[in-house]
Amino acid sequence: MSMQPIRAVIVDDEELARRVLREFLAAESDIEVIAECANGFDAVKVIGESDPDLVFLDVQMPKLDGFEVLELIGARPAVVFVTAYDTYAMKAFDAHAVDYLLKPFSRDRFDTAVERARRRIHAAGPAKPEMDASDLAVAARGPDQYANRIVVKDGAKVTIVPVEKLDYVQAQDDYVELHSQKKSFLKQQTISSLESALDPKRFVRIHRSCIVNIERVNKIEPYTKDSRVAVLLDGTQLPVSRSGYARLTALLEGNG
Amino acid sequence: MAIYLAVWLIPAIAGCLIVFGDNIPWFDSLLLAIGLSLPYAVVCLTPWYLCRMLPLRDEHLLKALLNHLAAAFISSVAWTTAVRFVTPQRLHQHLVLLFGTGVLLYLLSVAMHYVYFAVEDSKEAVLREQKAETLAREAELKALKAQINPHFLFNCLHSISALTTVDPPQAREMCIRLSDFLRNTLRLGEKELIPFAEELSLVNTYLAVEQVRFGSRLNVVRDVDAACERCGVPPLLLQPLIENSVKHGIAGLVEGGTIRLHASCSGQMLRIIVENDFDPDSPAPRKSGLGLNNVRNRIATRHGDRGRLDVTVTESSHRVELLIPCESLGRQERKDEYATDSRSHRG
Repeated sequence: MSMQPIRAVIVDDEELARRVLREFLAAESDIEVIAECANGFDAVKVIGESDPDLVFLDVQMPKLDGFEVLELIGARPAVVFVTAYDTYAMKAFDAHAVDYLLKPFSRDRFDTAVERARRRIHAAGPAKPEMDASDLAVAARGPDQYANRIVVKDGAKVTIVPVEKLDYVQAQDDYVELHSQKKSFLKQQTISSLESALDPKRFVRIHRSCIVNIERVNKIEPYTKDSRVAVLLDGTQLPVSRSGYARLTALLEGNG
Repeated sequence: MAIYLAVWLIPAIAGCLIVFGDNIPWFDSLLLAIGLSLPYAVVCLTPWYLCRMLPLRDEHLLKALLNHLAAAFISSVAWTTAVRFVTPQRLHQHLVLLFGTGVLLYLLSVAMHYVYFAVEDSKEAVLREQKAETLAREAELKALKAQINPHFLFNCLHSISALTTVDPPQAREMCIRLSDFLRNTLRLGEKELIPFAEELSLVNTYLAVEQVRFGSRLNVVRDVDAACERCGVPPLLLQPLIENSVKHGIAGLVEGGTIRLHASCSGQMLRIIVENDFDPDSPAPRKSGLGLNNVRNRIATRHGDRGRLDVTVTESSHRVELLIPCESLGRQERKDEYATDSRSHRG
């Protein structure tokens, strides 16, 4: 086993909660705490810069919650979630995180989590998580709850796009391009994963590669024999497939 | 139905015996008696509707009696007339007896129907009572769950867990504050009306607990008119508002923020304002708005148009204004106010 110390970051907005982790970690000689963060923005920035092996991540925090942080930092570090109470979140943890700790936790429970993290970190290469980080955020939200915002990272800068300001989304290979108020943002997520996070009453998948905000659609015009184009209020034209057209009309009639 | 028809065999057999006395072969007389009884058995089911429409109440007693007598008379006349046409002449001497029996049987059926309805009603009443009790208990449980938010509780316990090594006296202090808060929530939740002073003291205990969690991030500015403290208010109206302003406001602010609590009375109305800073960029807590709706519903149920709850949201502040009547307290509560020590003994 390599004896490089494990570099850990603690993320929690409550000073006392960070203190418990610090105290417990002080007894682990192979783990070095390289940073502490009190909010989601800081966490994304610090984790991006310092590339830690292990992150203790609180769920409820200012700026970005734990799931949003996870979406933005990707699956590189081993993540141990720390939370007080969140039924849906706990289900989601099972599928992705190394472990999760419920506040308040015992020393034994903490040791188990750290041991799991060690095994994961020392295993040859990062294990492929069973669930994509973006899908995890969807699962953690619980049934019938849709995202009210989307977080995007560009370098060290984090942008929050409220869904009501999202005009349309286009798929670009493994990325999605989000269009909001004449600006566009690239995010590493599949279009299907994003589609399932958005409220189907407001957003419709009009094409294999395109999701549109229903309120932005001005009109639908025929294009070829089998396809149509959606013209948005700002004049943007988007392709509409046959099944996309069916979904669009179903939604418009349902809303009407 | 089978039982009902079986019971009808009794008058049928009696009739059969009477007819048998007139030298008619026993098999024929039995056939005749059952043949005559069966249609009337069906006729005697009709009081079902009359009994339903005319429940036995003091004010309707005479009306019900007259109605049933008339119905009995008509039914029996119809029966007797029908029988007259289908039976041989020599049996007509029994028609008067038949008519009398018809009336009595009909009235008997009416009585049975009333007994049956009474039994059903009492069964239903028991069920209704059980259901109401279950509903009340569910509501109570829901209210308790809503009052003691598990998130708050577990976070507090985690803070205590942290303090046990770094600051044991503070850990003990936190245990005591948390216990006070829980005890008072349970105690006040049971009452219908409490002095506003008690609600304020509960809120202060709550804020003292949160202060340990949030430290300097949580600032509170109080501006409470002492005259309001004697107002009677429903318990746990203000507490959820303060809890919301911590959960949705202060908890989302990196540098923390301020909660401003204002209370004043004018005329017979109590005005409470809770205002807090919030960060529009912070993620909304997963479960939100429940507490506010609960308060709104309770005001609407208790005060109707006389109570109001208005929410104003600006760029970075959230303001809830509550306007409710300042109710007068019962004698018991007023006595407590003067006997200042009594409060501590009651917990």
